[in-house]
Parts: sequence; C-alpha cells; structure tokens
Amino acid sequence: MALQFSPQAEAKISDLCRRYPNTQAACLPVLHLAQDEFGYLSEEVLELVATRLAVPSSHVFGVATFYTMFHREPVGKKVLMMCTNVSCMLTGAYETLRKLETRLGIKAGQTSADGEFTLIEEECLAACADGPAMICGDRYFLRLTADKVDAALDACRKLPAQHGHHPSHHSDKKH
Amino acid sequence: MPADRNFKIVTRLFGVENANRIDVAMSHGAYKRLQPAFAMQPQALVDEVKKSNLRGRGGAGFPTGMKWGFIPKGADTVYLVCNADESEPGTCKDRELLFWDPHLLIEGMIIASYALGCKHAYIYIRGEMIREAAVLQKAVDEAYAKGFLGREQQTAIGSVKIDLTVHRGAGAYICGEETALLNSLEGKRGWPRLKPPFPAVKGLFGKPTIVNNVETLMNIPFIVEHGGQKFAEVGTGKSGGTRMLCLSGHLKSPGVFELPIGITFRQVIDEVCGGTHSGKRVKAVIPGGSSMPPLDASELDVPIEFDALMNDPRIKPVQYKPGHNFELAPGKPLRAMAGSGGIVVMDEDTDIVAVCARIMRFYAHESCGQCTPCREGTGWMAKICTRLADGYGQPGDIDLLSSIAYGIAGNTICPLGEAAAWPMMGFVTKFRPDFEARLAQSRGLPPAGYHGAHP
Repeated sequence: MALQFSPQAEAKISDLCRRYPNTQAACLPVLHLAQDEFGYLSEEVLELVATRLAVPSSHVFGVATFYTMFHREPVGKKVLMMCTNVSCMLTGAYETLRKLETRLGIKAGQTSADGEFTLIEEECLAACADGPAMICGDRYFLRLTADKVDAALDACRKLPAQHGHHPSHHSDKKH
Repeated sequence: MPADRNFKIVTRLFGVENANRIDVAMSHGAYKRLQPAFAMQPQALVDEVKKSNLRGRGGAGFPTGMKWGFIPKGADTVYLVCNADESEPGTCKDRELLFWDPHLLIEGMIIASYALGCKHAYIYIRGEMIREAAVLQKAVDEAYAKGFLGREQQTAIGSVKIDLTVHRGAGAYICGEETALLNSLEGKRGWPRLKPPFPAVKGLFGKPTIVNNVETLMNIPFIVEHGGQKFAEVGTGKSGGTRMLCLSGHLKSPGVFELPIGITFRQVIDEVCGGTHSGKRVKAVIPGGSSMPPLDASELDVPIEFDALMNDPRIKPVQYKPGHNFELAPGKPLRAMAGSGGIVVMDEDTDIVAVCARIMRFYAHESCGQCTPCREGTGWMAKICTRLADGYGQPGDIDLLSSIAYGIAGNTICPLGEAAAWPMMGFVTKFRPDFEARLAQSRGLPPAGYHGAHP
C-alpha cells in the first residue's frame, strides 16, 4: 500500500496550507510533520510530500537536503545534539562529546547499535552562557561537562522517542 | 541619561513563575499597549519608533524606524516577519526572551503589524529551538483565544484583523540572514537573495516586508507606553533603550543580562560576571557573536554600543596583511562591531588558534554554497587553520589565511562571507604571535588520512 499521512497529520497539513498564500511555503512544516510521522525522509516520503503540496519532487528533495535537521537516513529513537561551538568548546564540550562517543560506542554522526541514540555534533544551540550544552528533543542538558554524561544519558533513555517509528516503513527502505 | 543597571524593558518577567502563560503575562500588563497603539495613526507609530532611536538587535544595528519607513506608501499587502533564527555563536538572548515572555513579542508584533499595514505576520523560529517553538505556539494560540489575533480590532483607521503564524526552520545558520530567511519561509532552500531589491520593497512572496529581530520587536510596547523620547533617553548617543548581552566562555558567572547601552566590556566582565572563572587575566573577547573581529585585553574599556565599536580609536584596525588596514570604505578601517550581543570571554590559557579554527569550521559548514569565494574560501580557511592548530602548519599559512579572508570579504551575495573573513583577519591581526608560535612548533606535513582532528 502506498505511503499515506495519518488523518491527524492530514488535518494539520490542511490547516498549515491555509496560513500561507501558496502550498510551497508549507514545505518546511510539512517535512517536519512527515519526519515526525515516518521517522526519516526517505525518497518515498519526499514524493508523498511533493504530491500532497503539488510541488515538484525535485524541489522537495532540494529543500530536504539543504537543512541539517531533516534526516535522509533512519535515526535513533532520540537525537542528541551536542554543541561544540566556541562558547561550549571553551567550557569543555569536546571532552563531553568524546565521553558521549565512548559511552555510546559510536562517533558523532552515527547511531548506537541498540537504535536508541543518534549523536550529532551540533553548531551553536543558543545556550552559550550555560555551556557545554546538549539538547534531546525539547530537553536541555546545560553545563554538561564530561562527568555528567552518564546521568544525562540515563535521563535521555527515559524520554519518549522523538520521531515516529514505523517498522514497516523502515524495513522496506529502498534507497 | 543611560539607565541604571536594574532598569528592565524586555526581561521584566524573567524568573516569574509561568510568565509565558497569558493570564500570568496579562497580570503583569501584557497587551495593555494595544488600545493606546490602535488609537494612534499608523504613521504616528512609525514616527514614535524613529524618535526612539531603537536599532536592530539582530546584529546590524540598523535604525528600526527608518527601516519601517521604507515600506512603499499605499502597498496593498505588507508582511512583518520576526527573525527568531538566533544561531550566531555566542548569542543566546532571543531563546531566553522567547521562553520567558512570548506575549511581549506577540504584543510588539501586533503593534508593529498595525503600524506597517501588515495583516499576516510570521515568526521564523530556529528549528533546534524545539522547546521554545512549543512555548511560542501555545502563546500564539492563547492570544488567538483571547481575540488579540484573528479578530477584528477597532483602530484609528477602522477595523483591522491581524494573523500570526509560527514557522519553524530546520537547521541552517544562513536562514538568520533576512533574505535567506524569506526564501526559507517561502518553502525553499535558505539561499540569500541579491539586494536590491530590499525586502521592504520586494520581500516575502514578492511583497513589501519588514524583518525584525525578537528583541527589537519586544521593545515596541515600551515605546508605545512611554514614548519614543523616553526610550531614546534610556539609551546613549544614537542608540535607544537597553541591550541584551550574552556573556559566555571563561567567566565566573556567565549569563544573559539586560544592561544599559554604553556599559564597557571590562565593567560587564568584572562587575556583572565576577571576572574569569580561573581568576586569570582575559586574553581575548569576541564582542558580538563569532562573526565579529575579536578584541584583545587592551581594548576592553570601550562602551558596548554600535557606533563606539565601529569608530573608537582604542580598538585597533583589522589588517588583511601586516601594515595594511582592511577598510569598509575609503579611510574607514574595520575595527569591531556590536553585532548580536554575544560576548565570549577567553582567559590567558586559551588556545587562540584552536578557537579560530573552530569558528572557521562553523562558517565552512554553514556556507550555503551559492557564491564561490565563500563556498571555497571558508572551506580552505577551516582546513588550513585546523591543520595549523593541530600542529601541521606550513610556511606561509598565516598570511595565506588572511589573504583568503581578504578574497572573500565584499565578494559575496550575503554577509556570511564577511562573517568568516572578519574574525579570520581579526584573530591574525590581534594574536599573530599565537599563530607564529604554533607554526614554529609545526611537526611538518600531516600524516596520511588526516582530516583535521578535534582540538
């Protein structure tokens, strides 16, 4: 069966489209919605978004690949965004990042073997005065020095998954 | 006369429990400035903002009232867009403002929309601000429910209805540049546009558009309540009001503070933030986000004010090669700028070359790729500066870095080119001995497979 948005997502898309003079402008919000719904933006999902908004799929592909928060590959249940930019670097962010990598057994940019976490070395999160800073969904982990990594990971494990995880969609990944 | 340090305009509700709930915000006066504003003619509001000397808080410091005045007379559709894409490294004020007092922003945007003739305003909020986007959306929903948005309001020019939409970005620093932001809001890649035409003439969906920063718009209700004159008096020189300053790095008490415009770097570092956390001397300060040329320890008695940072002779000119000033206009050397209010303090143990390399990697990552000098130049500066920091510098690297920067500045569609080039030239100008020392310790060519290690 072809991929479809849930009725709830459909309703949100209709509402979104009313807030702009054309459907193309709803591209970013609908891609966010699609990612929440399907977990990541496969080619199939991009086609669905393009069809729904009546814009060329090449346009949707161009947009989805421009922005770093849109995932073109499956990601972990939770995405850890660890800032290493200047203010956080000065307060120890690289030590924190290395500890995260060690604990998760991965490098930044990868997903842990249990599928729980994707670790991303992030650019400035606008939490400079409380660096080193990491976000996991809507949760901030501030002044996250390396010694606090274990406690932070424990807290993150208890958070709900951020994006929809439809096993069927993940297993039939074609590209 | 500048305000005292306890005078607050935009942070009055910081620390107040549930301040971002509309009932709590209204008990502190939120939306009370709407009726007085609607009783005025739109042009009178624009004039009041001109009188206030309010200058854009996003980084450029452009006079807000003058910008508003650029909207062509008689335009049928006008858009107001709030730039909440705060991403400039070292800057963390808008995120706090959005969290603590979203209703002040909404109130400011309703007044600004009325003044500009805008029927539908947008807030472009940075994608990574997941918590703040939820807070803001809830606040907008509450304002709709109360009828401040989406319902006809009686005004001096008849019935007016204003809508407001929160639009999330998706991870792209470049979307903080206003024309990239407009493209992103139109559902496109965040590619900056050539100017002119300026957004005030041809902006969002091809219509006249004003793009203002979060903090800028949050000052509007105060101006309505107390008058532009009062706001100008609170400031200093041609800069009205207070300023949000973000203090980070090697400080004992870092934080986000609303302070009088004109306070000096040394006063903020020593008196507001308690000095460095190590007690050691300050070596370098990024004055207003990482795209600004840094200051050294001898340049910290300058007031943190737009014009002073550009013109004060106590700040040494930035050079593109030894003995040659980089000029913004003939006879006008680049010194520094107040930028976004993001002040990053580094103590004397700081590895300046590694910091500079990290900043260069940021701009290389965020270059949108449209203009060759920026796309290629930022990448080369990142690679060369990183190898230098890692101990694999090559003879001539220091001058090469400055020369690449010089080749970028002024040769790109948008200011991201300058944002990378200015700090590059600035760090080499002010901290050349650090670069020389690192080069002197070079271990030669990097090993096979080297891609630039973490610092």
